Amino acid sequence: MDLFHNLAIGFSTAAQPANLLYAFFGCLLGTLIGVLPGLGPLATIAMLLPITYALPPDSALIMLAGIYYGAQYGGSTTAIVVNLPGESSSVVTTIDGYQMAKQGRAGVALATAAIGSFFAGCVATLALAALAVPLTATALLFGPKEFFALMILGLILASVLSSGPFIEGIGMVVLGMLLSLVGTDLSSGTQRFAFGIPQLFDGLDFVPLAMGIFGFAEIVKNLEQDNKLSLVTQKITNLFPTREDFRRMIPAMLRGTALGTLLGVLPGGGAVLSSFASYTLEKKLSKHPEQFGKGAIEGVAGPESANNAGAQTSFIPLLTLGVPSNVVMALMVGAMNIHNIQPGPEVMTKNPTLFWGLIVSMWLGNLMLLILNLPLVGLWVKLLTIPYRYLFPAIMVFCSIGVYSINSGTFEVYEAAVFCVFGYLLIKLQLPAAPLLLGLVLGPAIEENFRRAMVLSRGDVSVLFTSPLSASLLAAAAVGVILIMLPAIRARREEALQE
Amino acid sequence: MIGLAIRNQRAFASGALFLGFAIFFYAVAHGYPAGTAARMGPGYFPRLLAIVLAVIGLAVMAGAMKSTAARVPLCQWDWKGLAWVAGSVLLFALLLFPLGLIGALFVLIMVSSRASPEFAWKGALANAVILIALCLAVFVYGLGLRLPVWPSIFT
Repeated sequence: MDLFHNLAIGFSTAAQPANLLYAFFGCLLGTLIGVLPGLGPLATIAMLLPITYALPPDSALIMLAGIYYGAQYGGSTTAIVVNLPGESSSVVTTIDGYQMAKQGRAGVALATAAIGSFFAGCVATLALAALAVPLTATALLFGPKEFFALMILGLILASVLSSGPFIEGIGMVVLGMLLSLVGTDLSSGTQRFAFGIPQLFDGLDFVPLAMGIFGFAEIVKNLEQDNKLSLVTQKITNLFPTREDFRRMIPAMLRGTALGTLLGVLPGGGAVLSSFASYTLEKKLSKHPEQFGKGAIEGVAGPESANNAGAQTSFIPLLTLGVPSNVVMALMVGAMNIHNIQPGPEVMTKNPTLFWGLIVSMWLGNLMLLILNLPLVGLWVKLLTIPYRYLFPAIMVFCSIGVYSINSGTFEVYEAAVFCVFGYLLIKLQLPAAPLLLGLVLGPAIEENFRRAMVLSRGDVSVLFTSPLSASLLAAAAVGVILIMLPAIRARREEALQE
Repeated sequence: MIGLAIRNQRAFASGALFLGFAIFFYAVAHGYPAGTAARMGPGYFPRLLAIVLAVIGLAVMAGAMKSTAARVPLCQWDWKGLAWVAGSVLLFALLLFPLGLIGALFVLIMVSSRASPEFAWKGALANAVILIALCLAVFVYGLGLRLPVWPSIFT
């Protein structure tokens, strides 16, 4: 009963004409950047963050969320038609999707991806709505030590699931946390690591950092590789899968959706991990594993459902516990901060219209994406003929204006230039940047909760391990670390995370 | 000789980067009062993190020197591309107020376009004109962002 009541609240927010328009705009933009390789949801959301100042908070979040899941749709189009993943979450779709396109079944592959994504989006929306209430209730029982333990667990899992050696991922998390300490210490008023620069008193803004690393440095990297596109030139006809196709894709869609829904909730999870896991699962379960890599429809249906489900359920830990599970969610924290909304259990109790409006808007957005994608596929493919040499200056322009508008000042633009060089260094050292950003976003909350827990226990660290809740969260984190150290699992992980 | 002992140079450099940051943050945090665990001062948490990062850095460096470590050299840098891209952003920040948005964007687009190996003057100029028009339409007139459109001497 409650669920329907809540969804009704959501509908009344999401279905307002202005919000419908912003959802549509977000989905459209998401598809666009999803199609274009070299421009991801991360840079786009970072670019648009400052602009959302002017919008009401629910419209802003609805639009930004639309960019994220819209990009999952767009990414698959590029993967299928030109064998180039528009997004990292559609890397596996290139394997069988492009093969299908070569066999003249591009239309069917695109339809499969769209139907799978839509189905997964609907299920994930329901999962989000159903899980939100109990998780929020749990989170409201949390005190400082439980939050501390929860965030440590989140950061550890995020490093476990990021590419590259685990210890380097943890190093990036800690470095990110150290960078987050720049600025005024709230309990003592001391300026830390600010070196008398007034612009640093409020802390390092993560938008210039994200933009420098994921926008500018990424461009330098892309320019080094040559981006030759191999377009499938034939006309895309026959969108409809045959009955045999349906028979094979429906089970894959169901499994992909279930897997994505689960993995999206995990810290460090989300769209990318879900799609890889689903591909592996489909290949393992299939009676014809030899068809994989040669145009197996399951290899498109599974991962495409999984990445969309994962993209949406990764909002669960953010909205209920206040812990972003991946970098895009970390940016959503920034978006919420702009509007003075503290992510966490209080979003639902204090801003029910925003919370449920966002959830319902995802469902409406998925419907819009289905309509946007299938008939307009030809238009999206045309976009790919724009050479990268014209595209990247456009990205530079939008990023620079976006960074400037954070504070209407050039300090952040200089910052972004510095982080461009730093980001390039990270790329060359193959250090993962995502854990750095998560550490940066969670750092202040971890310090605050750690301090408060220690004040309450009069400096006794053992309370972290004696209170059942925080002890079990920390134990889970320890299990994660131990598992990753085991040689057998280590090898499997390297295999799974390899592109 | 040291170069030979380090089998995984990529990991070694990464570890050194961690260690360097750890030393820097510890040294600066040394100037802030640490307090006690029950009443932490502003220096407590940063020092704790810096020590953790130093340990991680040393561990990564040690791992890179193990005899079982894979041989990985350092990657080549594309200094030119980096300089064009980062430099164009610096110039944009520097010139935004003196030249105004239109001039600064023009510099940003022309300089960053040079980063591409397929750079051509004609194409870059056309791109600049289109992008500047688009920015004016979207950001200045559409969204009403407060941007200095004209050079500061005119305003």
